[in-house]
Amino acid sequence: MFGRLTLDALPKDLVTIGGAATMVVALIGIVLLITRLKRWGWLWREWITSLDPKKIGVMYLVVATVMLLRGLGDALLLRAQQALATTGYGPLDSDTFQQIFSAHGTIMIFFVAMGAIFAMMNLLVPMMIGSRDVAFPFMNAVSFWLFAVGMALVNISLMVGEFQAAGWLAYPPLSELQYSPGVGVDYWIWTLQIAGIGSLLSGVNFFTTIVKMRAPGMTLMKMPLFIWSVLGSLVLIIFAFPILTATLGMLSLDRLMGMHFFTSTFGGNPMMYINLIWAWGHPEVYILILPAFGVYSEIVATFSRKRLFGYTSMVWAIAAITLLSFLVWLHHFFTMGAGADVNAFFGIMTMIIAVPTGVKVFNWLFTMYRGRVRFTTPMLWFLGFVVTFTIGGAAGVLMAVPPADFQIHNSLFLVAHFHTMIIGGVLFGAFAAFSYWFPKFTGFRLNEFLGKCAFWCWLSGFIVAFTPLYILGLMGATRRLDHYDPSMGWQWLFIVAGLGVLLILLGVGFQVLQVGYSIWKRKELRDTTGGDPWDGRTLEWATATPPPVYNFAVLPKADTRDPFWYAKQGQKPLSSRKFEPITLPKNSPIPIIIAVGAIMVGFGLVWYMWWMAIAGLLIVVVALIVRLSDENTEYTLTAAEIQHLEARSKRSQYA
Amino acid sequence: MKKYARLAIILGIIALCGAILLAAWFMSTHNVAVMNPKGIIAERQQELMTYSTLLMAIIVIPVFILTFGIAWRYREGNKKAKYSPELSGSKLAETIWWLIPGVIIVLLSFVAWRSSHELDPYKPITGDVKPLKIQVISLQWKWLFIYPDQHIASVNYMPVPVNTPLDFTITSDAPMNSFWIPQLGGQVYAMSGMSTKLHLLANQTGDFRGSSANISGEGFADMNFVARSMKQTDFDAWVASTTNAKALTMEQYDSLAKPSTLKDPTTYSLPATSDALYDTVVNKYMGHGH
Repeated sequence: MFGRLTLDALPKDLVTIGGAATMVVALIGIVLLITRLKRWGWLWREWITSLDPKKIGVMYLVVATVMLLRGLGDALLLRAQQALATTGYGPLDSDTFQQIFSAHGTIMIFFVAMGAIFAMMNLLVPMMIGSRDVAFPFMNAVSFWLFAVGMALVNISLMVGEFQAAGWLAYPPLSELQYSPGVGVDYWIWTLQIAGIGSLLSGVNFFTTIVKMRAPGMTLMKMPLFIWSVLGSLVLIIFAFPILTATLGMLSLDRLMGMHFFTSTFGGNPMMYINLIWAWGHPEVYILILPAFGVYSEIVATFSRKRLFGYTSMVWAIAAITLLSFLVWLHHFFTMGAGADVNAFFGIMTMIIAVPTGVKVFNWLFTMYRGRVRFTTPMLWFLGFVVTFTIGGAAGVLMAVPPADFQIHNSLFLVAHFHTMIIGGVLFGAFAAFSYWFPKFTGFRLNEFLGKCAFWCWLSGFIVAFTPLYILGLMGATRRLDHYDPSMGWQWLFIVAGLGVLLILLGVGFQVLQVGYSIWKRKELRDTTGGDPWDGRTLEWATATPPPVYNFAVLPKADTRDPFWYAKQGQKPLSSRKFEPITLPKNSPIPIIIAVGAIMVGFGLVWYMWWMAIAGLLIVVVALIVRLSDENTEYTLTAAEIQHLEARSKRSQYA
Repeated sequence: MKKYARLAIILGIIALCGAILLAAWFMSTHNVAVMNPKGIIAERQQELMTYSTLLMAIIVIPVFILTFGIAWRYREGNKKAKYSPELSGSKLAETIWWLIPGVIIVLLSFVAWRSSHELDPYKPITGDVKPLKIQVISLQWKWLFIYPDQHIASVNYMPVPVNTPLDFTITSDAPMNSFWIPQLGGQVYAMSGMSTKLHLLANQTGDFRGSSANISGEGFADMNFVARSMKQTDFDAWVASTTNAKALTMEQYDSLAKPSTLKDPTTYSLPATSDALYDTVVNKYMGHGH
């Protein structure tokens, strides 16, 4: 009945018990709060069953934020362990330490960074291309709920069983049954499989949306650059995620059925896994960074009150990065002994990516040239990004020289490099996007002072936390060490790095405070411009604030780039006010039912509870059949209803 | 609000300069292994890193200056600066920044291509001195060094004669590890069922730390060893001193290969029955497993 699940699966060491208890208490607290406020019905109608991409985007954002806090907690523990390891007061044993860094990586990439970019896509893509919805609204909700299931499985592993301890990409043979017989690797596999299917569905969905549902007049070369960069990212998702699914599928066959794709015995080949996982993993890096590039492109143009510099070369740069990102995966393992020709080829390919990336940076800088630059919070994140990203990029090019990489591969130098790229690139981009588009969706701005405090804490914390890691790497400190000899002289650097994380934590504190304070003072911070607080340029500002469920009462025409900017210049509204009926998807409980099925499949397979996995699969299939046979999935708003809704909303006179 | 912004910028710059100075001071007073090479390969790799970094500085430094220069010059408060809201590109300017990073990357590509071949870990180091063969096996969680010509096996301790080419063949009887001695040169993976190669040469005497750079399980952090570079006469004396050491029989090996960590390095003599130990370990993953 319970497979291999016994009472032994409950956490035993103090740190894990603490983490699990915090989670359980927080969950109970939330449930009690919702019950007390009698908000269950509201939650069900307005959020859980909603197919509105704006609502789904907010839910992605909530998950990503909560997971950012979890990942930060993990980071704190890792830093504490490494700072205190030589004293004998490190809080963690080896196994727990290894589980925590594996979870930290998995959570930060799959649930924070991916969550943030899916939030952006959901909130912004339809609005910026002047569309009312995504191509497949039901599938979009399924994507989100599968993502949520993955997130739930990672966190369940903290309470029931264990997480894997083989690093965030779980290289075999270490991740094979022979060396990792526990449930940790299985949790990891099914977390990523389920969330990965969600990602792939999102990829197809948003790709179709961008290709098929743009506003009249918006040809490809008139799309906002954010849309171009998201398109690049989506192409990568569509081509890369099937590789991940297949690779994890083979690993799970090894583990469940005793097969030998990647074992070291019986003809299995772990090198194949390492190639495949990076054939997904390197494009994944660009899946994350491209949308962030898009955010910066929008922000720089808006806050310089000027057109983006070099639009066409920006598009070509994105296209080049998209293509090249599939040709560099081997640089993650130059040290495997592939031979000089192969290493040199992949090294050079990697360096070539620096060219289009450099072009983008120069174009951003020259967008500010002869502009009117406003140093708002989003703009500060952009400037911080240019600094960190340039340093991280240079470190990356350095590592692309194979013999140089031999000396820093898998050292803390590498760890510092990719944190520079992902924090300085993706996360700063997400924060910039958050403060830039927040007023669009809420009708009030975030407090600027607290936002700037958060920025400075993050930037300085980032420098203090990661400069020591670059140095440590050069000192020969490899990644993932739970202890080291005091004679190495590393401890002070680890302590400084730990202080850096505390500074980052302060930055997060300011962000939480900023949101809380801004909600409290929302009357004072109210956007009085009628939905255009930053003097925006693109279509999302050309609708009511907060946007109505149908985004645009009348679809706008986009005959130029920056159509809203030119509408304001020409003092002519973008769209007429002739309302016509709008058809929208109804809410559906099916996505969350599919999620329940999916989590049963995942949990059942982890614990060998086959009946549960089969039952879960049946739920998914039946739910899909029910949905596909339902012909009554849409409703129509009449022109009169729209007129009524529009009369009450706030929007720019040029919308 | 303005006052805060200026204060923050000044504080930021001070903090940044302080951090750079501190980092420089720290690096000059501590043993930064990669920057303090004791072998010819590590020396070349260090030069390569310095050279590449300088090449990149040609781009990085102007980017920093441009970023702050342009942002400050065209701040909204500065009404003297020209404002051209319609300026959307310049063929010449864009060509320049496709080309200049392009040229740097072409230069670096040459560097990458040549250095990949010159510093290929598989390429033997040529010279007058006969190379010393060392077979490396990564175990859970220790390093076993076999000196086939000297009939010695040593755990977590690797004495080598100075100025002698070292000819490593590397495998694993454990999850994948990475064999790395930063002061002598870059790393290569140790994988079961196959042999990888690495060639190094220590041109100074001394103790150099080696470790595994790839996670391989619970005791991974203890997979450290000492590479001791010594005069040829001292090396010969060490070889002579091991004749009476405990023999590493196959049974002894099997118990050594069991998961454990090891505090003190041990040296064994290698009996004739264990001569093929390295090949046996490689082969045991090739056929039908164990």
